[in-house]
Amino acid sequence: MNLSVRIVHGAPPLDLDVELPAGEIVAVVGPSGSGKTSLLRAIAGLIRPRSGRIALGTDAWLDTARGMSKPTRERPIGYVSQHYGLFPHLSALANVACSLTHLPAGERAERARACLALAHVAGLDDRLPRELSGGQQQRVAMARALAREPRVLLLDEPFSSVDRSTRKRLYLELKRLHAELAPTVLLVTHDLDEAALLATHLCLLQRGRIVQHGATGDVLTRPTTVAAARLLDLPNLFHGTVEREDGVSRMHWGPHTLELPDATAVDAGARTAWTILPTKVLLHRVDRPSRGERENPVRATVADLVTLGDDVIARLVPEGLPDARLHLKVSLHVAQRNGLASGREVTVSLLAEAIVPLAGE
Amino acid sequence: MDWTALRLSLALAAWTLAILVPLGIVAGRWLANTRSRSRPWLEALTALPLVLPPTVVGFYLLVALGAQSPLGDAFARVFGAPLAFSFAGLVVASVIVNIPFAVQPLQRAFAAIPHEVREAAQCCGLSRWQAFLRIELPLAWPGVLSAAVLTFAHTLGEFGVVLMVGGSIPGETKTIAIAIYDRVQAFDTTAAGTMALALLVVSFVTVALSFVLSDRWLRSERR
Repeated sequence: MNLSVRIVHGAPPLDLDVELPAGEIVAVVGPSGSGKTSLLRAIAGLIRPRSGRIALGTDAWLDTARGMSKPTRERPIGYVSQHYGLFPHLSALANVACSLTHLPAGERAERARACLALAHVAGLDDRLPRELSGGQQQRVAMARALAREPRVLLLDEPFSSVDRSTRKRLYLELKRLHAELAPTVLLVTHDLDEAALLATHLCLLQRGRIVQHGATGDVLTRPTTVAAARLLDLPNLFHGTVEREDGVSRMHWGPHTLELPDATAVDAGARTAWTILPTKVLLHRVDRPSRGERENPVRATVADLVTLGDDVIARLVPEGLPDARLHLKVSLHVAQRNGLASGREVTVSLLAEAIVPLAGE
Repeated sequence: MDWTALRLSLALAAWTLAILVPLGIVAGRWLANTRSRSRPWLEALTALPLVLPPTVVGFYLLVALGAQSPLGDAFARVFGAPLAFSFAGLVVASVIVNIPFAVQPLQRAFAAIPHEVREAAQCCGLSRWQAFLRIELPLAWPGVLSAAVLTFAHTLGEFGVVLMVGGSIPGETKTIAIAIYDRVQAFDTTAAGTMALALLVVSFVTVALSFVLSDRWLRSERR
C-alpha cells in the first residue's frame, strides 16, 4: 500500500503532493531548511499541517477536509530522530519495551530482546543510552522503532552522528533489516551519496516543495529542471538554443552544434538550459580522433585538473566559450594514458543521449 | 521547648507538600510546554510571593480569607468556623506563599526534558498517561524532589505570612517560628535556643535527605 502525502503548511513551509511506493526505501534529499524533517514530522503526526491528506492505502492518517487527524501513537510508524530520542533513564531493553505496550507485560522483555538481537545489539540489554556508543545508540533506536512492526519507518538523518566506518556498517544493517521486514522507509538525508547507496526512490525537496521524484537512478542522472540539477550539485549547467530540422533537434552552444536525443520536447528557437554528467563526457583518445556525426565532438582546452583518489576531474574550456567550464570525470589511468594536463588541447564527445535538457532558468 | 508548635509546623509543612506538589507538577509541566502568550504573565504571577514582603502577601491573604470575602464566607458556612486565624487558613496561605518554590523547579525540570524524548514517547505508542508516568515524571524527578524540599523547608521557616494570617493561637496557628519569636519577646532565651536548634536540625535533616535521595537516584539510573 502506497503512502500518499498531500499537505500544505505555513511555518515551516510545505506544499507537496507525492505518492511514496510501498516497501521501498525512499530518500528525501534537500538543503537545510527545505522541509525534510517537517515532512517526516507531518507524516508521524508530530506537526499538524494546515491542510491536506495523508493516507496509507485506504487508511487515512490525516484528512483536514474531514477535520480528522490520527494521533501519533495510533499511526503504524517507527521514527528514528536525528539524535535518536532514547529515554535516558531507561536501559536499552526498557527503551525497546516501551514500544511494546500493546503486548502483555510478560511478553515484552522477550520480544524486546529479539528486537535488540535483530538490530545487532544483543547483550547490551542493561546499558543506559549514555553508556552506549553512537552506533549502538542508533541500533537501539532502530530496534525500538521496529519493535511495533511499523508499516512506515521514518528515519531523520539517522547516520549523521556516527563516524564513517560505523556509518558504512549501519548502511548494511538498514539494507538487511529492510530486506527482512520490508517496511516503507523514508530516509531524510542531505547526503546524495547516501541516498544513491540506500534508496530505490529519491525525492528532491526545496523550500517545502518537491523538485523531482522518481527512481533514484533516473533522478540522479536525468534531472528535469535547473533546480533539480542544482540540488544534485551537477557542475555542467549550460544554456543553448534549440532548432529543429527534418525531425532532428539540435542545440547551438556557442560555435558548437550538438545533436539532441530524438524525443527532446523543447520548442524550437527556445533558449534552454541543459546539463551533462561529468562521467558522461567522453574523452577522445589522443591517438584516435572522433568518428561519426552523432558523437557531438567538442574541442576544448584543459583549464585545470584535480585528482580525487582514483578519479580525475578536469575542467575544460570549450572552443569559443571562454567563460564555460565543462567538467569531465575520468579514472586516473585514463587521464594518465591520455596525458591530461593543464593547458592541453583535447576533444570530447557530448553524446546526444547524455545531454539532458532542463526546464526552468 | 514547645512540642505542639513543632508538631504544628511539621503538620503544616506536610499538608502544604501534599497539596502543592501535585498542583506544582501540573502547573510546572503546563508552563514548560505551553506556547500560550499568557505564559510570561502567569510566570510572573507565580513568582510574585518571592518578591513581595510577607506583610503584603499576608495582608491580601487575610482579606481573601476573612469572613467578608466569598471564600471565607463559604468556608464558614460549610465548616461552621472562620478560615482566617485557623489551621486550614494557614494551609491555604502556605500553599500560596510556596507556589514559586514548588512551580519553578518543576517547570525547569519538565522544560529540561528534550523535545525529541517527549516525541519519541508518542512514536513508541505510549498513551499520554503512560508517557507521563514512565518517561516525563522519572526524568523530572530531581525537580520534584527539589520542589518538595524547598517547600517543606520554607514552610517550616515562614514567619511573616503565618503571623498575619494565623495570629499566634497555640495548637492552631502558633508554628515553631512564631513560638521562637514569642519566647524571645518574653526573654526566655533557653526555650528560644532549644527550639531554634530543633528547627535547625529538622531543616538540616530534610535538606541532607534530599541530597541522599538525589544521589541514590543518580546511582539507580544505572539500573
